[in-house]
Amino acid sequence: MSDFDWLFFTEVLVGGLLSGVMYSLVAIGFVLIYKTSGVLNFAQGAQLLFAALTFVSLVERDLHFVPALAITFALMVIIGIAIERAILRPLTNKPPITLFMATLGLSYVIEGAAQLLWGTQVHALDLGIEDIPFDVGGVFISQFDIFAAAVATGMVALLSIFFRYTRVGLAFRAVADDQFAALAVGLRLPWIWATVWATAGLVALVAGLLWGARLGVQFSLSLVVLKALPVLVLGGFDSVAGAIIGGLLIGAAEKLAEVYLGEYFGGGIEGWFAYVVALAFLLVRPSGLFGQKLVERV
Amino acid sequence: MVSIASDLPVSSTHPRWLIRAALLAIAYLVIPFVGTSYLFEAILLPFLALSLAGVGLNLLTGYAGQVSLGSAAFMAVGAFAAYNFNLRVEGLPLVASIVLAGFSAAAIGIVFGLPSLRLKGFYLAVSTLAAQFFVQWALTKFGWFSNNSASGVIDAPPLAIAGIGFESAAGRYLFALTIVTVLTFLTLRLVASQTGRNFIAVRDNETAARIIGVPVLRTKLLAFAISSFIIGIAGVLWAFAYLRTVEPAGFNLDRSFQVLFIIIIGGLASIRGAFFGAALIVVFPLALSRLGAFFLGDIFDSGVLDMSQRIVLGGLIILFLVLEPDGLVALWGRSVRRLGSVFGRS
Repeated sequence: MSDFDWLFFTEVLVGGLLSGVMYSLVAIGFVLIYKTSGVLNFAQGAQLLFAALTFVSLVERDLHFVPALAITFALMVIIGIAIERAILRPLTNKPPITLFMATLGLSYVIEGAAQLLWGTQVHALDLGIEDIPFDVGGVFISQFDIFAAAVATGMVALLSIFFRYTRVGLAFRAVADDQFAALAVGLRLPWIWATVWATAGLVALVAGLLWGARLGVQFSLSLVVLKALPVLVLGGFDSVAGAIIGGLLIGAAEKLAEVYLGEYFGGGIEGWFAYVVALAFLLVRPSGLFGQKLVERV
Repeated sequence: MVSIASDLPVSSTHPRWLIRAALLAIAYLVIPFVGTSYLFEAILLPFLALSLAGVGLNLLTGYAGQVSLGSAAFMAVGAFAAYNFNLRVEGLPLVASIVLAGFSAAAIGIVFGLPSLRLKGFYLAVSTLAAQFFVQWALTKFGWFSNNSASGVIDAPPLAIAGIGFESAAGRYLFALTIVTVLTFLTLRLVASQTGRNFIAVRDNETAARIIGVPVLRTKLLAFAISSFIIGIAGVLWAFAYLRTVEPAGFNLDRSFQVLFIIIIGGLASIRGAFFGAALIVVFPLALSRLGAFFLGDIFDSGVLDMSQRIVLGGLIILFLVLEPDGLVALWGRSVRRLGSVFGRS
């Protein structure tokens, strides 16, 4: 093993970890919703697509960065409120799987609406960050990856502070803990849900912009969701920390596998490798990464 | 985990077998003679294949309570296995390759059902996505499965049993109809048997099921195996009878969702529901494109149509979950009862 290229290994590992941060960012959107309303929101990917597509289309219509961002965010908030009205409220107290299927339907609606509104062609999104790799002790790291990771980290920090130190955050945590108790102390559940979905819309917006800049804004952006699901299985659906660490693990494992194992399988394994990692991990340790709770949640 | 109104076969006053026999008589004796080739090709063949897939998934999700998002993968396994058995085993009758294809799908189903022993609910649903991606990847990646065809799209072999060809549209319809009838009948028997009751027990309360002596792990794997067997054969019908080509691209995640939608719209834990749901899913896009062309004319291009179909389908699913969580079957049952009471009074 003397000729093992450690420098190259580190480069792949760092690249994987950085792209893992992007997975975490999508996964956090799921966790937000799951914690407070017990819904696995499959429409997260569609929301992400909608946000990115709206933003890009606005910018292409000669709107400046900030107003475009504001309008898109406002739209995401409206969508969040609409979702609460049209889906969550009528489906209160229904089994979680019913709600999950409702979000499946929702993802169809949002994807269709986004593309009906803005067309199906691929848009390039330029955030003004040049993708020049730079040299850190012989390891080349993409500048854009660093930027994305920084934004994601900032987002996570912001959310954590929001959850911990604000009244709204406290209300979120109360609802996540016990819906009935939260109702009993006078928290308005519909309002909180609408806020949570709007927050998830914000996360979708940020994730959509980052992923959109990376992949181009197009339909396949909504499939990012499928990358985040194994992260959730690994980290637990209701743990922000799990989403972050799960994302890092999956990102690193995926890149390393693609580079070092890919040739044995003939390449293209990134579509399912993350799932295998998550499943293998759970088969060995069924309580997931953070073992506080049994995975046997229904 | 899922609340279901109509579960165990209820002994109703009107004889069900009579209705079934009448439906079968119409399907076998009337439709082949009056149906046009459009009816067979565009409506009945996809309807039959998707109904069967719905029956299979309903066994797993509706009865045994294990949500699967990988149905299309098992359809693909079935279709490709049947193709390869037919191609590589000299002189194997078509029916034998179809049955073997079912067993292949069942085997793959057991493998991907293994996580169900430890995972539940969403965790399991997500893990079945692994089947979806892995199978599709394997079928595209390894040329052996598609006999190294350059495009990955291969023609299905001609349908023939004991020298009798079923090549015409009506012939393929009868072929599919027979397979669907036999498998649906067997499923109805299964659901009413001890095994079917075990499925329901595991779904409703795993701990209680274990206490009364239901072998939970074996029951779950059995549900995965039987369900995949049926879905695999549905895949054979989809590729051999409906599309006439075998290709991995047709068995994508959207197809999996489609099958899931069929059983939600039709009604969970109802064999009839799968047929109701499949009918709606097949007819609805056709009707929408007709309507769109009629009302909006030229501005309604295929892109717009595709998107509005997605929107309406998604909206429909939400609407169903909100207004009629028990599906078309419950709606149907209520209407029949209402009609019955109207006629009973007069």
